[in-house]
Amino acid sequence: MFKIISAVISRDLKLAMRRQADIVSALFFFIIVVSLFPLGVGPEPDLLRKLAPGVLWVAALLATMLSLPRLFADDHRDGTLEQLALAPHPLGLVVTGKVIAHWLVSGLPLALIAPVLGIQFDLSTDALVVLTFAILIGTPALSGIGAIGAALTLGLRGGGVLLSLLVLPLYIPVLIFGAGAVDATVTGLGGEGHLSLLAALTFASLGFAPWATAAALKIALE
Amino acid sequence: MKDRFNLYRFASPATFYPLAGALTPFFFAVAAVFGLAGLWLGMLVAPTDFQQGEGYRIIFIHVPASWMSMFIYLIMAGWAAIGLAFNTRLSGMMAQALAPTGALMAFLSLWTGALWGKPMWGAWWVWDARLTSELILLFLYIGYMALTAAIDDARRADKAGALLLLVGVVNIPIIYFSVQWWNTLHQGSSVNLSKSSMATTMLWGMLLMAMCFWMYSIAVAFMRVRTIMLERERNTEWVKTLLAGDEK
Repeated sequence: MFKIISAVISRDLKLAMRRQADIVSALFFFIIVVSLFPLGVGPEPDLLRKLAPGVLWVAALLATMLSLPRLFADDHRDGTLEQLALAPHPLGLVVTGKVIAHWLVSGLPLALIAPVLGIQFDLSTDALVVLTFAILIGTPALSGIGAIGAALTLGLRGGGVLLSLLVLPLYIPVLIFGAGAVDATVTGLGGEGHLSLLAALTFASLGFAPWATAAALKIALE
Repeated sequence: MKDRFNLYRFASPATFYPLAGALTPFFFAVAAVFGLAGLWLGMLVAPTDFQQGEGYRIIFIHVPASWMSMFIYLIMAGWAAIGLAFNTRLSGMMAQALAPTGALMAFLSLWTGALWGKPMWGAWWVWDARLTSELILLFLYIGYMALTAAIDDARRADKAGALLLLVGVVNIPIIYFSVQWWNTLHQGSSVNLSKSSMATTMLWGMLLMAMCFWMYSIAVAFMRVRTIMLERERNTEWVKTLLAGDEK
């Protein structure tokens, strides 16, 4: 079981490393969107500190969503996906591997760059630590839930916009608890509760989403 | 031996089409009766609320619309589950026929809520848990309709939409509780089976209006499902004979 997952992960990582521009452009999208907010609302540190968790999280949702269509589209185009579906391994496991690989190239870089952007918003050290940790444990849920949307919109016209309509409402709990953890830390309430719920969302979506995604892929491949 | 009456016979569009056509006026009539009774009770008989004045009477539209918006989503998810499990043609059509009515109810609920909120809370919109989750429900309806509209192949549209509905129905409690912990201002639920905080006439008015909305939803969904059937089955024998019969 772990063999097939790790095989898919290493394959997808290898493919992603051959096209590093995709990873970097999603990352810079994240950086640019976050940097636009101070320009829009003004440079007062108090205001920025208040906005920071929400802005960073919304930007993280959008950046994750941008890279979702590529999750299955390339494999679908060259027929790999059909071969994977025909393989003796359960398709859900293959999807689990793909989701983890997607997180490694889209969610993980966001978590690594987030503290730097947080400094721009004048966040305290405690808040920066919680923010990084929250993005680290929250983004796998985004990849998992997003995979369902990516599979449902596979090969449809206007897939990108449609994907955002389907996926963004389902991202709301992650946004609430992710930004809530940082908020609670800033106000001194402690973000542990939010972080636990965030971790719960991640585990639940990593456990269930791949199977829903597999069902959606089978519908798309019919 | 004579054939027993079999409900499953109506799982086929060819047999369900005339049945839906025959039942539609009946449901419209029942909706009108309930609606008139509910409006009479709600607008004329029910006492003026001592806190909210006459403005509270919008709940006779607002609450039934909110109930129906949630109820219809559940019904659609139920059809989705049946469709995926038994591969029936009618389920997907029913889910698609219900979606616009559900979205309409969610929108009505938000709109009447805003009209009520302005005099009572002093704001058209507040970011409160129930309002926000109703808005998200509207987004879910719109996502479903956009997905099914984007897929040309009707069978794939049904199945993909069904999967989305099931994913959505699993997520609704999660979304609801996350939004509730996030913020709460909306007044608590007024209807309680054992002890209601409302006058009996108000409760009856609201229940009658809910019945009216329910019957209306069924009637409109039947009308819509008939059009969907004709469109999808236009190449089949029964539609051709039906349409030929109409032209004579």
